[in-house]
This record gives sequence, C-alpha cells and structure tokens, in this order.
Amino acid sequence: MKRMLLSSVAGLATLLSVASVQAQTEIQWWHAMGGNLGEAVNALADQFNKEQSAYKVNAVFKGSYTETLTAAIAAFRAKQNPHIVQVFEVGTASMMAAKGAVYPVHQLMADTKEPFDPKSFIGPVYGYYSTTDGKLLSMPFNSSTPVFYRNKEMMKKAGLDPEKAPATWPELADMAKKVVASGAKCGFTSQWQTWALIENFGALHDLPFATKANGFGGIDIELKINSPGHVKHIQALFDMTKDKSFVYGGREGKSTALFTAGDCAFHIASSATASAIDKALGQGNVGISMMPYWPDIKAKPQNSIIGGATLWVLQGKPQAEYAGVAKFFSFLSRPDIQAKWHQETGYVPITVAATSVTEKAGFYQKNPGRDIAVKQLELNPPTENSKGLRIGNFVQIRDVMDEELEAVWAGQKTAKVALDDAVKRGNDLLKRFEAANK
Amino acid sequence: MEKRVTFDEKTLPYLLVLPQIVITLVFFFWPSAQMIWQSMLLEDAFGGNTRFVWFENFAHLFQDPAYYRSAAITAVFSGAVAVLGLALSLLLAVMADRVIKGATAYKAFLVWPYAVAPAVVGVLWGFLFNPSVGIVAWALRNLFGYEFNYVLNGGQALVLVVFAAVWSQISYNFLFFLAGLQSIPRSLIEAAAIDGAGPGRRFWTIIFPLLSPTGFFLLVVNVIYAFFGTFGVVDALTKGGPAKATEILVFKVYNDGFRGQDLGGSAAQSAILMAIVILLTVVQFRFIERKVHY
Repeated sequence: MKRMLLSSVAGLATLLSVASVQAQTEIQWWHAMGGNLGEAVNALADQFNKEQSAYKVNAVFKGSYTETLTAAIAAFRAKQNPHIVQVFEVGTASMMAAKGAVYPVHQLMADTKEPFDPKSFIGPVYGYYSTTDGKLLSMPFNSSTPVFYRNKEMMKKAGLDPEKAPATWPELADMAKKVVASGAKCGFTSQWQTWALIENFGALHDLPFATKANGFGGIDIELKINSPGHVKHIQALFDMTKDKSFVYGGREGKSTALFTAGDCAFHIASSATASAIDKALGQGNVGISMMPYWPDIKAKPQNSIIGGATLWVLQGKPQAEYAGVAKFFSFLSRPDIQAKWHQETGYVPITVAATSVTEKAGFYQKNPGRDIAVKQLELNPPTENSKGLRIGNFVQIRDVMDEELEAVWAGQKTAKVALDDAVKRGNDLLKRFEAANK
Repeated sequence: MEKRVTFDEKTLPYLLVLPQIVITLVFFFWPSAQMIWQSMLLEDAFGGNTRFVWFENFAHLFQDPAYYRSAAITAVFSGAVAVLGLALSLLLAVMADRVIKGATAYKAFLVWPYAVAPAVVGVLWGFLFNPSVGIVAWALRNLFGYEFNYVLNGGQALVLVVFAAVWSQISYNFLFFLAGLQSIPRSLIEAAAIDGAGPGRRFWTIIFPLLSPTGFFLLVVNVIYAFFGTFGVVDALTKGGPAKATEILVFKVYNDGFRGQDLGGSAAQSAILMAIVILLTVVQFRFIERKVHY
C-alpha cells in the first residue's frame, strides 16, 4: 500500500513537472555562430532561461550564415520557421523585401508593450538596420568594423617607431615599403577586401556606394563604386602590389594567416579578429588603430560602417509567443550582457551603456585598442554615405566585386576598367532584384 | 526442346517493378517537374512575391557572359576528369593485374580513396597545396622554384580540382577495370603471346577491345560524376574561385540558388544542365556504344 502511494506520488510529481515544462513557451533561435562564439551564444540563452521561467530560448546552430538563412527560408516556406534567425548584414535588403515574412523589431516592441529606447543604441549600429525614418527592423547582435592592426616587432626591425600607426594611406604605403625593404615577405594585407577596401573606404571618405542613400531610399538603385576616388584608391593599392607592399591573401578572412604568421606587418581586419590576433602574435606585439584614409579625398575621415549580423523575427507564430521574443531582446541589450558579449567576443557593444560599463571595468586598459572599433564607428554623425548599405542581391554583388578586384591584383585589368565592369555587372544584379521584388 | 521461363501471371511483373517505379517517380520525376515549374518563376527568397515569367530566366542566362564562361569551364573540367580518371585507373588496373606478390595489399590501397567523402577530399588536397602551410606547395616553391597558389591563380585552381576529383574517382574506375581484366580469358592472351605478340600489342588488340563494355559504362558514369558528383570537392577546395575560375555549372546552380537566393535563375540552370547531361548520355549510347564489343 505504502509503495503504491509512493509511486502514485512520484507519478503525480512527474506529471506536474511535465505540466510546468509545458507551461514554458519555447522560443526557437537559429544562429550561425560556431566554435567559441557558439558557446558564448549558448551561455546567453542559458542565462536568460535561468533568470526567468516563462520562456525558454532554444539556440540552434545551423551552420554558416548562408546555410542558416537558407534553412530559415526553407522552414518559413514549410511554415516550420523559428521565431528568431540570425542574418548577416548583406542579407538585410533581402530580408526587408520579404514583406509578410518579417516582424520588424520596432513593431514587435510596440505590440508587446516592451520598453524600448532607440537612443540607447550606438548610432551606426542602429542606423544600419533601421528605416530611413529611424525605425529598427532587426535586433543588432554581433557587429564589427574593420580596424588597422600592426606588428610592432616587424616595424622595429624596419627602423620604424612601433607606437606610431600610419594615419593615412600614403603613410602606410611608405611604411610598407620600408618593412619590405627590411626583408619582410609582405607589407600590408586586408581581410574581406570588398567590405574593408570598397564599402568602408566609401563610408570613411563620405563617398556613395550606391544611389538613393546607398539603397536606404529604395530598391531601384545603381552602384557608384567607380568614382574617381575609388579608382585612385584601388590603383594605388595595385601599385603597392608590385613590390609586395600590398599582398592579396584571398577572400573573406583568409589573409589573416599572412599577418599572424609574421609575413605581413600591417593588416586591416574585423575588430572581432582582435583576440585571435593577440593570441597568435602576443598582445604586446600588436597595435590597433583606425583605418587609414586619403587626405586628398577627404580632409578628415567620416566614420566606418559595421558588418556582422542581426536577429530577425519571423512571422507565423502565435502572438503570445512574441512577448517572449521581446523579453529576450531586452535581455540581450542590457548593459551587463552586452559588455560581457563585447569583451568575450570582440564584437562591438550595441549600446552606449555597455561601452561605459566596459570602460569602467578597466577592460580597455588591459586590452589596449579594443575601443578603437566603437570610436571609429562614432567618429562623426553618419551621413547618407556612411550610415550603412542596403543592397539587393548583395551576396552576388560582393562576389562580382571580389572577382573584379582579383582581376586588378592579377594585373589583368586596370582599376578603372575593373570598377566600371563591377558597376555594370552589379547593376544587372540590382535590376534583377528589383524585378523579383516589384 | 527449348527451355524458357515464362510468367503466366499478368499482374505480378508489374507489382515487382512497382517499388522502383514509385521511387523513380517520387525522387526523380516529381523534383524534375518542380524544377521546370520553378525555372519559369521569378520570386523573392521567402516566396511572398511570385510571378510567372515564362522563359525570362532562360533568356537572362543566355545573355549572361558569366554563364557561357561557366559552361566552358565545365567542358574543360569534365573532359579532363573523365579522360584522366579513366586513363589513370586503366593503367593502375593493368599494373595491379600483373602483380603477383602482395596483390591484395595493392588492390586494397588503390580502393581506399573511394571511402573518403568528397568534402574530405577537398579539405585534404586544399591542405596539401595551401600556399602558406601546404607541404606540397612548400616543396614546389623551395625545391623547384615553382610558385603554386591556387587561392590566387585560376588556372592552378582548376588543375587542382581536376586532380582532386580524379583522385577521388580513380578507385571506383579501378575496381571495374580490374574486374573486367580478370574476366578476360587467359587462354586468349597466352595464345597471342605464343604467336609472338608483345605486351603492347596484346593490350591494344585483345585486352582493350574486350574491356570496352566496362570502359563504355565507366565513361558514362564518369561524365555524370564530373558534371554532378564533383560538387563536394569544388565546394570544399575553392568554392568556385578564384574569380569563378573553377565555377562549374553544378556549382553555379548552388551558388546562385542558395547563396544568391535566386531560385528561378538557379532552377533554369538546373534544367539546362539536366538537358546537357541527357543529351551527352544519348550521344554516348548512339555513337560510342556502336564501337563496343559485348
């Protein structure tokens, strides 16, 4: 009898616990953060789940950015989509054009009456992902910007002052030449050439990337990357390839291997690469500064733009569940959470408060240069040309720019011809995007 | 009296082939029909905005110089993979057939690469030839003074994907050639040897013609492999780069469809690719098969 009672109590307890689990609303979050970053993402979800019990965020790693986006699109078409999907910045125009698929963040926050203050965000981060009238579309999550890294030891060997970073491209060209003369295999190399050397070059010099405020004003746009300033910049880089002052190290992040191996003395790379570079070269040996600029194109640099990804909310779930999404977004933008994310990963914090928390904790004293990214993003109030980019078919347009730049580095085309061709081919892709999203 | 097995039953044979027909319909015909339907649509990625555009996607492709370039690369790539793959594996099979000591070990080692998944093949070759850390690239540079950098040089990248694709297919060809060789009656070869035919002559007049059914089968399989099966190697090794120098048609289908989210254009490319391979197979069966001795 006693045993029966016990077992029924146990059974009841099991039932109750099942019921309490069921009462929790599950929020599906698909992301593209592997390795250490994936662990940081899981830690965020765990902390949120521990702090409250009404919602349970389930973070699922779906592969690369492209794979994650493709998976989310397929799931949406089958009406099996997650609540939240992480999409890289080049997918922004595609996501915006997908009306009926996306639940804009400003609307989500209003519908669920979740407190939300646009002013708490860092301007260039917020601006990239908001409408022209300042309404936030997707939740900024991992943002970075290209910064300039230098190998101090190699500079010393070339007789240069290791504490003095080149501020302008002519200074960099000069220093790179000296480094090569001192026996280095390469002076300077850049990651993500389209992002760093075309897109951010344009923003820093207040030159448009495309018409209609870089696509913020509409999808019937044309590229503008063959301006005299762009041509001068790319031609100068090509001239630097002749004596290996500039070496092209491949697409995306491949060239970082040249810098961390001590082949190149200077490197433009994502601010999120800082910890990997520190690990490889030793923290004291690495200097971080802002990207160089051309004083004859613009007397003072404007500001850089971000890359990385944001969290998009997808439609098609019961309205009640979106309250949990809103709560989770508020959690993500909390200063302590953002500061931790920023310090652990090297991505820029998305709120002003998170920067000051990090500063007060003495993080920038211990890790000099980690504040450069935010400073460079906030150098000046963004203009039409430095707010961000909203380009349809951007993945393919970046491929086109990569190909045309590679043709320059290989000496097959002059900068002018290559950039003209890139504009022509890019415009064709833009027209196709416009036709598909009429 | 002639002995023949006949089925009196009328329905049983249909029932027996039914599973295969169902599988073919569900996994081949249905997706192909969907692809052809998709190839006439222009839509955004999420499918919220779909328009029927007839053959606009095809018209767009035929105006695109990049598409012709990809087709030309595919022709070179597929030709090289099929010819090299068949020639090398035939050579290996003939050699392995002659070996007496340790024959099983040789055969086992030659079959091994087939167990390696295409993506892993790509990673392995990429690692060996990596311009900064690859041991082969290092040796080429330091021992022969030859700068091998497939990350930058399109021609070298194409050579590298051809070799990786061939390497991964050789085992399969080798197995079939070896089986073919072993089924050739020894007495024929010995008779030719007694008549004074040297090894070369024996090969070309006896072995090669008798191997032709195997060779023909492998030619068809290898062409299809070169068109479709090499995707994994290309994706892992070069992703179609540098500057699309290794973008074969099947990779362009994937790239435009899944990276570019241009599903209509990608489906149109699939339809053309399917037509090309059907055409090639028909040509092989009509013109090359005539020369095959069964």
